[in-house]
Amino acid sequence: MASVTSRPILETRGLTKLYGGLAANTDVDFQLPAGRITALIGPNGAGKSTFVGMVTGRIPATRGQVIFEGRDISALPAHARIGLGMAYTFQITSIFPGLDVRENVALAARRKTDGAHLGAKVGAALARVGLADRADAVAGDLSYGHQRLLEIAMGLAQDPKLFILDEPTQGLAESEVAGFVALIRDLAGETTILLIEHNMDVVMQAADHIVVLDQGMVLASGEPQAIRADRAVQAAYLGTADA
Amino acid sequence: MQFGPHLLLAILEGLVTASILSLTAMGLSLVFGVMRVVNVAHGEAYMLGAVLAWWVTGLIAGHPAAGFVIAAIAAPLIMGALAVASDRLVLKRLNYDPDRTIVATIGLLYIAQQTTLMSFGPDARPVEPPFNQRIALPWLERTEEGWAWFYPWGLSITSYKLFVIAAAALILVAIWLIITRTRAGLLMRATQQDSETAQAFGIPVGTVYSVVFGIGAALAALGAVLVVPIQQAHYLMGGEPLLLSFIVVIIGGLGSLPGTVIAALLIGLSDGIISVFFSPTLAKIIATLLVAMVLVFRPRGLLGKAPA
Amino acid sequence: MSERLRTDALHLGVIALLVVLFLTLPTYYAGNLSRIMVLAIYAIGYNLLFGYTGLLSLGHAMFFAAGMYGYGLTAQLAGWPALPAFALGILAGAALGLVVGALALRTAGVAFMIVTLMFAQSAYLTILYFGTWTRGDEGFVVPGVARVVLGIDLSGETERFVAALILFSLVLLVSGRLVRSRLGRTLVAIRENEERTRMLGYDATRLKLIAITVSAALSGLAGAAYALLFGYVGASFAAVPYSIFPLLWVLLGGAGTTVGPLIGVFFMFYLIDTASGITLAYMLIAGLALVLLTLFAPQGIAGLVRRRVRWLP
Repeated sequence: MASVTSRPILETRGLTKLYGGLAANTDVDFQLPAGRITALIGPNGAGKSTFVGMVTGRIPATRGQVIFEGRDISALPAHARIGLGMAYTFQITSIFPGLDVRENVALAARRKTDGAHLGAKVGAALARVGLADRADAVAGDLSYGHQRLLEIAMGLAQDPKLFILDEPTQGLAESEVAGFVALIRDLAGETTILLIEHNMDVVMQAADHIVVLDQGMVLASGEPQAIRADRAVQAAYLGTADA
Repeated sequence: MQFGPHLLLAILEGLVTASILSLTAMGLSLVFGVMRVVNVAHGEAYMLGAVLAWWVTGLIAGHPAAGFVIAAIAAPLIMGALAVASDRLVLKRLNYDPDRTIVATIGLLYIAQQTTLMSFGPDARPVEPPFNQRIALPWLERTEEGWAWFYPWGLSITSYKLFVIAAAALILVAIWLIITRTRAGLLMRATQQDSETAQAFGIPVGTVYSVVFGIGAALAALGAVLVVPIQQAHYLMGGEPLLLSFIVVIIGGLGSLPGTVIAALLIGLSDGIISVFFSPTLAKIIATLLVAMVLVFRPRGLLGKAPA
Repeated sequence: MSERLRTDALHLGVIALLVVLFLTLPTYYAGNLSRIMVLAIYAIGYNLLFGYTGLLSLGHAMFFAAGMYGYGLTAQLAGWPALPAFALGILAGAALGLVVGALALRTAGVAFMIVTLMFAQSAYLTILYFGTWTRGDEGFVVPGVARVVLGIDLSGETERFVAALILFSLVLLVSGRLVRSRLGRTLVAIRENEERTRMLGYDATRLKLIAITVSAALSGLAGAAYALLFGYVGASFAAVPYSIFPLLWVLLGGAGTTVGPLIGVFFMFYLIDTASGITLAYMLIAGLALVLLTLFAPQGIAGLVRRRVRWLP
């Protein structure tokens, strides 16, 4: 395992989820270095979504701890964890389709921003993802790709310390994926990003650090090049994904 | 009357209530189970069934049994047809959206009730039972000469009430067989499991919904035909069975058919027994609150399975 | 902020229109306006929960009745003067809302509707059960002394109108501000996508509880005002139709709009008023309206206007 150089912003200890008798995650010990882009990868059914669900509090853990910025948040409900500085974008697009784009972002920003600075904050987040000219559109009328960008703007508007993106490129066109990678790279250094991703090209281009999950357990973790060379990873995952 | 005979009488009356209730609640449960629709107008199907029975028996001259038999066939059929029509005209167009169908069925409730008020009038009207012999019941008691059978005054039941219990049991068995053994039942169960997959496999989900909605209303009407020789037809009579059916379906676990029958027996019997011994209003308050609490704390019903 | 100004201007315009109507209409219709305004307060309270937060309650009559009996019983049995009794009515509505909300919010969707319906049914039966004091369905007339506020007897037609107008205006203006506030906008977010709202860091359960409590307090205010201004308290106001009416008004007028409730009450009041002159079965109108609205105009009157005028609050 490659050593983690910076202080971890997020840590899990023995995090386990059992559905009935089936283990979705088993004793996951995980450390997320601060200020970098980490990709969480693994084949289908590896337990990535369950893991992230337990981190954000959407899925109650069977046992184990989640530690965020040195604080044990295992007992906190999801909204309180978000309140501590996590932001989360759903695997399946989740926006406020009946409200306009500006209000979508404003809802994300309003919890931390007072009225006087709200407009500027929303404008900046929309400009960052390239949706500034669509601010008055009804969110449900946006194209699929734009809706995914809107979700990222909603995440940015929260000024997150940790930004969790659950399969953000799923369903995007090639050109949109390239734009997305550029956007993610642009955010590096401002915040910590945890990227759950299927698309290996995106992972290799965007991530500083990779954690591989297989059968509910951490299989490997390290720099992209090291992971690419790892035989166990190749056997479990890359061989099939590259095809 | 002493306590023992009194209790026996309460149980028998409770069984009659439970029989009617299990039919009515079965209709509500079936509709909820298969269509995921909460039909607030279900009580009005019951009321219309009773009114139709009154109307049909009034048309047929001769022995009351002749009118009753025809009513028992005609009222559920007419009611079923009305329900199919309202499914096609209203529910289907709402795409069975839960919130909007509830609001729409509240509307249907008032339409059915108020139209009845306009045509049938505000009075309660009786239907003559097809047969009605009083059967005195014996009671075993210890006397100075040992155990002996008595016929306590007031401990009796009518042949018609016994018939109601038997008829309801038969109908329930028939429904059970239809659902578990026939192709129509298979289609219903498949639709209940997963309507989208059912659709993909070529099951005409729209037709299944219409038929189920029709059967649900027909069951309520059938229950009403059975009850109307005991309790008169009235345009406001739908409220009570609706509430009791809700209670039964919730206690039994939403959409579970065996649970519905067990819960109907439980509620029917306890309703019969409680109202003999306690203030009916207080009993209703407690029952309603308890059921609300079941929904709050055990949303799958007392008899339903716990989530996996 | 121009948006807020426009909202306030619209609401002040509505209030001015009500005054003009009162001054110009014949006595019978002018008298109805007081009743319409009080019922519109009830509808605004309901709309806050249904139209803005997206929670469909089928039991709001219990909150209306809590206000009505909270005021009426303390005036009747304890001899309280009008203002403290009235305040107690509002408090009774809010308290009941808090308790019912804490329980009912453990459920969602259809179960929430049935639970609220059942709590309201228990409340109605409770009023009947304690008939010795509540006089059940028959009800009672509020003592005259409890209808005098600051030396003004509110049983007179003009006094009643002014009192109803003051209460309605306050509620309309405050609700206009409320739905534009941070809280109001978050409630709309819960209506639109509760899971997303939660995952933006909002405590959705707590916010929904606040919405129910405020909604119940407004309903209680309407109930207390009804008893105060019209002098009668009866169990029929706690029965199922009074839970259905606010839903109907809000659907007709436009859910999630501030002026929709008033529009809905106004139209439905005259529809039912006209129908009850023709037939005993006047609730047929309500039934037809519910079915037709859900089928053809789920957004209601103000909702249709909003398609043209997007800023409509």
